[in-house]
Amino acid sequence: MGTTMTRDLTSALRPAIVMTILFAALLGLAYPLAITGAAQMVFPAQANGSLVRDAGGRVIGSTVVGQAFASDRYFQTRPSAAGKGYDGLASSGSNLGPSARALSDRVTADVAKRRAEGVTGAVPADLVTASGSGLDPDLSPAAARAQIARVARVRGIDRASLDRMITQHVETSLFGDDHVNVLALNRALDQRARR
Amino acid sequence: MTIQGWFLIIAFTGILLALTKPVGMWLHALYEGRRTPLHVVLGPVERGFYKLSGIDPNAEQGWRRYALHMLLFNVALLILTYAVLRLQGVLPGNPQGLAGLSPDLAFNTAVSFTTNTNWQSYGGEATMSNLSQMLGLTIHNFLSAATGIALAFALFRGFARRSVATIGNFWADVTRVTLYLLLPLCIVYALFLVASGVPQTMAGVVDVQTLEGARQSILLGPVASQEAIKMLGTNGGGFFNANSAHPFENPTALVNLVQMLSIFLIGFGLTWTFGKAVGNTRQGWAILAAMVILFLASVSVSYWQEAAGNPILHQLGVAGGNMEGKEVRFGVAASALFSVVTTAASCGAVNAMHDSFTALGGLVPLFNMQLGEVVIGGVGAGIYGFLLFAILAVFVAGLMVGRTPEYVGKKIEAREVKLAVLAIAVLPLMILGLTALSSVLQQGLAGPLNKGPHGFSEILYAFTSAVANNGSAFAGLTANTPYYNGLLGVAMWVGRFFIIVPMLAIAGSLAAKKYTPESAGSFPTTGGLWVGLLVGIILVLGGLTFLPSLALGPIADHLSMIRGQLF
Repeated sequence: MGTTMTRDLTSALRPAIVMTILFAALLGLAYPLAITGAAQMVFPAQANGSLVRDAGGRVIGSTVVGQAFASDRYFQTRPSAAGKGYDGLASSGSNLGPSARALSDRVTADVAKRRAEGVTGAVPADLVTASGSGLDPDLSPAAARAQIARVARVRGIDRASLDRMITQHVETSLFGDDHVNVLALNRALDQRARR
Repeated sequence: MTIQGWFLIIAFTGILLALTKPVGMWLHALYEGRRTPLHVVLGPVERGFYKLSGIDPNAEQGWRRYALHMLLFNVALLILTYAVLRLQGVLPGNPQGLAGLSPDLAFNTAVSFTTNTNWQSYGGEATMSNLSQMLGLTIHNFLSAATGIALAFALFRGFARRSVATIGNFWADVTRVTLYLLLPLCIVYALFLVASGVPQTMAGVVDVQTLEGARQSILLGPVASQEAIKMLGTNGGGFFNANSAHPFENPTALVNLVQMLSIFLIGFGLTWTFGKAVGNTRQGWAILAAMVILFLASVSVSYWQEAAGNPILHQLGVAGGNMEGKEVRFGVAASALFSVVTTAASCGAVNAMHDSFTALGGLVPLFNMQLGEVVIGGVGAGIYGFLLFAILAVFVAGLMVGRTPEYVGKKIEAREVKLAVLAIAVLPLMILGLTALSSVLQQGLAGPLNKGPHGFSEILYAFTSAVANNGSAFAGLTANTPYYNGLLGVAMWVGRFFIIVPMLAIAGSLAAKKYTPESAGSFPTTGGLWVGLLVGIILVLGGLTFLPSLALGPIADHLSMIRGQLF
């Protein structure tokens, strides 16, 4: 019995070791490198992060990943728990539970801030909650509209044009919620100012 | 709740039901070792692998030898990953210049990916080099999934074969599943992901000057190639810390739908393959019916709770569903659905932070895992786990009518029932034991971020996820400590292989039995009565075992939440 076990074990060692090496080469190197090669050839923009450049060619963001907007001149992004906020090297949610005092305190402060800007009625949930990634590029249309009063005041643009601008930027999907890409919306704001 | 939300859930289920038979047929061809159209291209690769490793793919193995080869292969893979992670600092493919991992973190991560758990004690972007992601982690995403499917094939053969001592060849099963199913699907899938906005490059960090003039660093890497197999193989280990909530892993609602579909795809197909293997596809549909009933019940609770939102925030003037930890492009319905899919299967990818779900919305994923992830379940692991419950169910039915229980032509006797109970008992023993230990030890109590019952839920969720090989987390728990890394590593290993070995023993024992044709006294295992019995057995076993722990965690949390009590 003992010798049979030893023989079985030795005979299983070679396939275990050689197959590990072969599969590592195929799945750990050849597969990802081949996909990289194909992706770089066929979809170079997306494969390299869907980067957005300004007129001077400087990278100002990615259409996919969110960036922080805190200034009153822009439509502001959601609270973020990624590092100090929208840290592309530290994606994270807050992980606060529903009955956490820290959550309630944070939302209380953010609601108060929105009230001070003139938001009346119910505050859209996404405007005062942190996303899962901390890099959410979007706002709900309601959360964007809740900021119209402030942006209109700071920029001196009439509210109806801002509302139209938001409507133009709403993206819909059959399988998710309507959303507005904040970077695209704010770039449109800046372009309008330049005209 | 909205009509659009329900449309998503129903469309999702409908698409999978439509794909069940085609996928099941493809899997059945691999199960039988038949030639597929892909053999023209990949056949030489398969033969080359056998030749270099000295494998005879036609050499049939008994259950002990099958188990031995499977275990040795997994240990070899474990060692490879441990070495890659420890040596990361001196290996190439490391544009960020990251250092090697600590011994406890490398151990935990290597076990985690070997066992198809993909628990992440680390934050992906600040820990793993591109080479580590590819050579250390992506290979496990393929091979732990292929191992799971191979094991399911072995158990199918136990039911299907008559009076023989063997259950197939491990190497042939694992190689065919990898080459003719997982790899080709992933190539197409990964390119779809890139087209949709998922990065795929060997470069590292891009520096961005934002519109407001601030600096932001964005991490790129070979994301799409890993993302594809991460979902399809029900692995769930993300390239980034935020997993499928990260816009680079999951950029659009359409990608999100495809990700959810790909978690369940193989699991749905395997039910059909099982039916075909035992000679009656209705046996497979009956299993799938029980799974889908449990799945839809879970989704309903989760969606209802998340759409209802958090009453504490409503008091503060906030409208609508619970959006803490969720992404706007998905919204409440697609996030709730994802959380159920990922924990019903043993995927563990997340597109929203489960820790921030409402109390009962967070209970659903927890309970799904505690049921043993047999609602569709992990690829392979789901169906072999489910068949253990089926053995118990026919045993219970046999007790009721006073006859020897039979299932798909095999008499279920004391040996099989004992082994099934042994495998199923691993779950409560490990989960509840380790949770209890960590709730009294200083090192355990140092983990939770949240206070009160939710803190206990974080510990319970961690061990549930580890033992059930899920890998999702109530991520507030600080798990990257020697205590949690070590204990969770052991939990993942036991949760995988201490179920597999008794399961293979059952396969061997069944294969040796002769065929018992169905008679007037047999309990029918295809109709509604059988489906109801299966659902009942799974719920009663899971419910009785875990309800007390759920009462201390999410249920107490819910009662606090509706009273507005803060911690």
